[in-house]
Amino acid sequence: MKKKMAFAAALLAATVLGGVANAKTLVYCSEGSPEGFDPGLYTAGTTFDASSRTVYNRLVEFKHGSTELEPGLAESWTISDDGLEYTFKLRQGVKFQTTDFFTPTRDFDADDVIFSFERQLKADNPWNKYVAGASWEYSAGMGFPDLIKSIEKVDDHTVKFVLNHPEAPFMADLGMDFASILSKEYADKLQADGKLEQMNQKPLGTGPFTFVAYQQDAAIRYKANDSYWNGKPKIDDLVFAITTDASVRRQKLEAGECQIYPYPNAADVQALKDNKDLNVEEQAGLNVAYLAYNTLVAPFDKAEVRLALNEAINKKAIVDAVFEGQAQVAKNPIPPTMWSYDDSIKDDPYDPEAAKAALEKAGVKDLKMKIWAMPVSRPYMLNARRAAELMQADLAKVGVTAEIVTYEWAEYLKRSSDKDRDGAVILGWTGDNGDPDNFLDTLLGCTAVGGNNRAQWCNKEFDDLVKKAKQTSDQAERAKLYEQAQVVFKKEAPWATLDHSKVFMPMSKKVVGYTQDPLGIHRFDNVDIAE
Amino acid sequence: MTDATAKTAPSLDEMSPRRRQLAEFWFYFSENKGAVIGLWFVLALIIVAVLAPLIAPHEPYQQYRDAVLVPPVWQEGGRWEFLLGTDAVGRDILSRLLFGARYSLFIGIVVTAIALVAGILLGVIAGYFRGWIDTVIMRLMDIILAFPSLLLALTLVAVLGPGLDNAMIAIALVYQPHFVRLTRAAVMSEKARDYVVAARVAGAGPLRLMFKTILPNCMAPLIVQATLSFSNAILDAAALGFLGMGAQPPTPEWGTMLAEAREFILRAWWVVTLPGIAILITVLAINLMGDGLRDALDPKMKRS
Amino acid sequence: MFKFFIGRLLVLIPTFIGVSIIAFSFIRLLPGDPVMLLSGERVMDPARHAQIMHELGMDRPMVMQYLSYIGGILHGDFGTSIVTKQPIIQQFFALFPATLELSLCAILIAIVLGIPAGVFAAIKRGSFFDQSVMGAALVGYSMPIFWWGLLLIILFSGILRWTPVSGRIDLLYFFPSVTGFMLIDSLLSGQKGAFTSALSHLILPAIVLGTIPLAVIARQTRSAMLEVLSEDYVRTARAKGLSPFRVVGIHALRNAMIPVITTIGLQVGVMLAGAILTETIFSWPGIGKWMVDSVFKRDYPVIQGGLLLIAGIIMIVNLIVDLLYGLVNPRIRY
Repeated sequence: MKKKMAFAAALLAATVLGGVANAKTLVYCSEGSPEGFDPGLYTAGTTFDASSRTVYNRLVEFKHGSTELEPGLAESWTISDDGLEYTFKLRQGVKFQTTDFFTPTRDFDADDVIFSFERQLKADNPWNKYVAGASWEYSAGMGFPDLIKSIEKVDDHTVKFVLNHPEAPFMADLGMDFASILSKEYADKLQADGKLEQMNQKPLGTGPFTFVAYQQDAAIRYKANDSYWNGKPKIDDLVFAITTDASVRRQKLEAGECQIYPYPNAADVQALKDNKDLNVEEQAGLNVAYLAYNTLVAPFDKAEVRLALNEAINKKAIVDAVFEGQAQVAKNPIPPTMWSYDDSIKDDPYDPEAAKAALEKAGVKDLKMKIWAMPVSRPYMLNARRAAELMQADLAKVGVTAEIVTYEWAEYLKRSSDKDRDGAVILGWTGDNGDPDNFLDTLLGCTAVGGNNRAQWCNKEFDDLVKKAKQTSDQAERAKLYEQAQVVFKKEAPWATLDHSKVFMPMSKKVVGYTQDPLGIHRFDNVDIAE
Repeated sequence: MTDATAKTAPSLDEMSPRRRQLAEFWFYFSENKGAVIGLWFVLALIIVAVLAPLIAPHEPYQQYRDAVLVPPVWQEGGRWEFLLGTDAVGRDILSRLLFGARYSLFIGIVVTAIALVAGILLGVIAGYFRGWIDTVIMRLMDIILAFPSLLLALTLVAVLGPGLDNAMIAIALVYQPHFVRLTRAAVMSEKARDYVVAARVAGAGPLRLMFKTILPNCMAPLIVQATLSFSNAILDAAALGFLGMGAQPPTPEWGTMLAEAREFILRAWWVVTLPGIAILITVLAINLMGDGLRDALDPKMKRS
Repeated sequence: MFKFFIGRLLVLIPTFIGVSIIAFSFIRLLPGDPVMLLSGERVMDPARHAQIMHELGMDRPMVMQYLSYIGGILHGDFGTSIVTKQPIIQQFFALFPATLELSLCAILIAIVLGIPAGVFAAIKRGSFFDQSVMGAALVGYSMPIFWWGLLLIILFSGILRWTPVSGRIDLLYFFPSVTGFMLIDSLLSGQKGAFTSALSHLILPAIVLGTIPLAVIARQTRSAMLEVLSEDYVRTARAKGLSPFRVVGIHALRNAMIPVITTIGLQVGVMLAGAILTETIFSWPGIGKWMVDSVFKRDYPVIQGGLLLIAGIIMIVNLIVDLLYGLVNPRIRY
């Protein structure tokens, strides 16, 4: 049966690919294999690019190139005054994709929305554990199980979400990948056939591209969804060529084996820019890397000590050595592309002399500390070890002896949240939904102490501002609160903010219409290939 | 080593004085020009490793922030102070390579020593006592040999935690079945020989019999296997370093240097090429020497 | 013969049990916590962590976990990957053909080049040819193949642009996977250029993976040939005036092949180890790369299942080599 299907898929593709000259094929050298094709189950951007951003849609979508929301499968919505009820008017006439493995008989409606969320929230839903070890990380991470009281079908094209408490970032959450809308009809069919796990292997949604085939660890193939509600994509075929090594991706682009790829090596960026046949788009990433002191442990419990250490670290040198200069020195805990970023804040200057004096004044002598360096490379910090070595040298200049320690990644994540942790931790964060709350409260709020708040920093003034902003639905008002919070943060310095990396997207000059998304997702529905 | 037997085991060949044996050995060894070249190179490498702090122009960890990715001196942009160029954080590659020699030799010695000692112990025990203890030991060795060595070492290191020490332990563990098998086979064939029987009749205890009487006569294949392990250990440790599971940066171990340099593959050929050449030449020299040793020690090969 | 076969098979059983215990206990000893990694930088709350551990059965006593694991294996269930949540056996069979194809081509290169080189080197012992072949073989044998692969990529894909950079075939070609071997499937597909494309993707990794076996086979063939050539019956044949070609071709080669076959068999383990590095360098979607990735992702069940499957394959291949050895070597009686 499986073989047959693969064959059919191949025939389908062969007919599409048959006239190679006529069909426009975009090959994207993706950075890794998708973990699966059900975006609710996973947390990796690689998986989302291959599933939620190609095959699926959400109630609301992020505008291309921005963190602002626009209507998706919901045409419009209203929020009750108490911020507890969200009512969505669904778009009508939206068709699910027709594939060789399933032919839908009805359009998208409220049942699909309810199915997509309930499977993640209700333990008794047959889809809650449909693959071994299924866990809904993002849904749990955004607090949905506690937040959502109920999801009600008002009529076929109206759905109401009732919340337990007001939560301003809720709309942004609905634009996230885990909130993708699946087909209930397809799910029922799979359930009837006893093939639930196929949902995670052969996705079917309303999105711009229809899934054709996945060749394990090698390639994923899609074709344009001709009946896409937002207009058929301009390319006919989309291929993800899975290429885990960045220098290999570069070689493939230069050899014309793919037309666009993400995450180039920092070392390659200049050469790519110099290549006449290529374009390199760049954008500030929605991320931050930081060094979090443990503010519960002396002498790091004193703000003046933390500020002095911040002055001792040459952040520019880190950006140069780790990112080849392709990153921005960070002064605030949120990235500059995010609304409410306070650009009027002045960064602590790099001034070893002043730092030395400040440390002396604070009565700190012969300070010995540990610097934790992450064992893995992340977009916000490509080489933590290198960064730590640089900091170590900088701190030595002000008389501080730093020892670099590291742990295996899972261990690192766990131990770094311990309240009595010894040392300052290099870590970072990539925004999930473009809401400042996702940085400021998640990483620095009092409730996150012992968890995501690696500085173990609980400051009443800061926390009140952030909590108030969470309950406020007016964005301008929220922005003001967040700006004040950033001032408090700078004064108290629980972190040394290190950098916001830049995100580069090298592509052939033939690729037109690609916009980089600050959320780090890769979408190809607007892309065309010039002849 | 062989002279120990000369005292206890009087047989025609072994009666010869130690010097004659050595001379004979050197005669066969030096017949093989490659082996001699290899030997000289290894000696030179040992000197370099010992003297590294004296002859290296720079500290291996010193970062010259104004000299990042400087090419070797003969290439445009090269600087005399950095003969072989610098890496991504401005460390002198020549100095790192020189210090790297220490690590490679150290890895070779430690791995071979552990594998050899453990292998001989187990092998002698298995071969001498036979019975259930033999079965247990040999089954265990079969189990180790059932895995591809690098894969087993990789998982072992993952278990023990990435790092040079653990990489060496893992590699040694993976290598020692070869020594066990060799020793066992040799012990079993020697055990029935006249001189052993004679020694036993003379009242030698099992320990003495095992290690003083039998073992020295099994040394030749073990020495050959040891040189093989030595060069393979350097290769495998470098491979683990390359996969990020061996020595950790900024240690100037050659494989680790290669792994760190991989992102510069198209931009700065020297950071990728030079550590690889260092590994290749070192391993080649040891293997050349090993070939010579085998020719000189293996009587069967002498005839052909 | 049959008795011998059964005997060998029986020995394999305790070994395999030992292998399974090792693979199983290893993984339990791995530091780090795969469940923790599920949520990345976001910290998972302890209650949820405990719940997932429970759901994965990782809070049960070791012995129970082992027994249920073995029970699963007997039913062909090697568990599910924590990361992808897909059955391991399914992933293994999706990826294994790629490794097999690569390894077979590599060993083919090694045999086709190595045996003649060794034979001629032995015949022309001491000649310039002999010395160059043996020199080259020693270099090949000493080669750090992860570096060798990088060099070849720089040269052939980077500078000369003769070969594609990575992957198994140009992605413009798409056809069903019938055998899993890209070379065969591309021929079956009938698409123009598909086979050449597959071949050009395969050649560099196969050379890299074949380098060490090639060197070993060439050396082994030479020394086996030398030994046989010095034996009386060959000398007699020569003295009788048989042409050197016939002497070598008929008498010597067959006998010299016995140790060579063993060598080739032993190379299987070497190949699978080499595949780890080669596949990593060339982004070749096979089991070597899969294992390395899984080690880094702490995907316990995959490492465990992969170790077991790979060890099983090596044991079976070794058994086959033993049997072949018996067939070729008339001196062995069962």
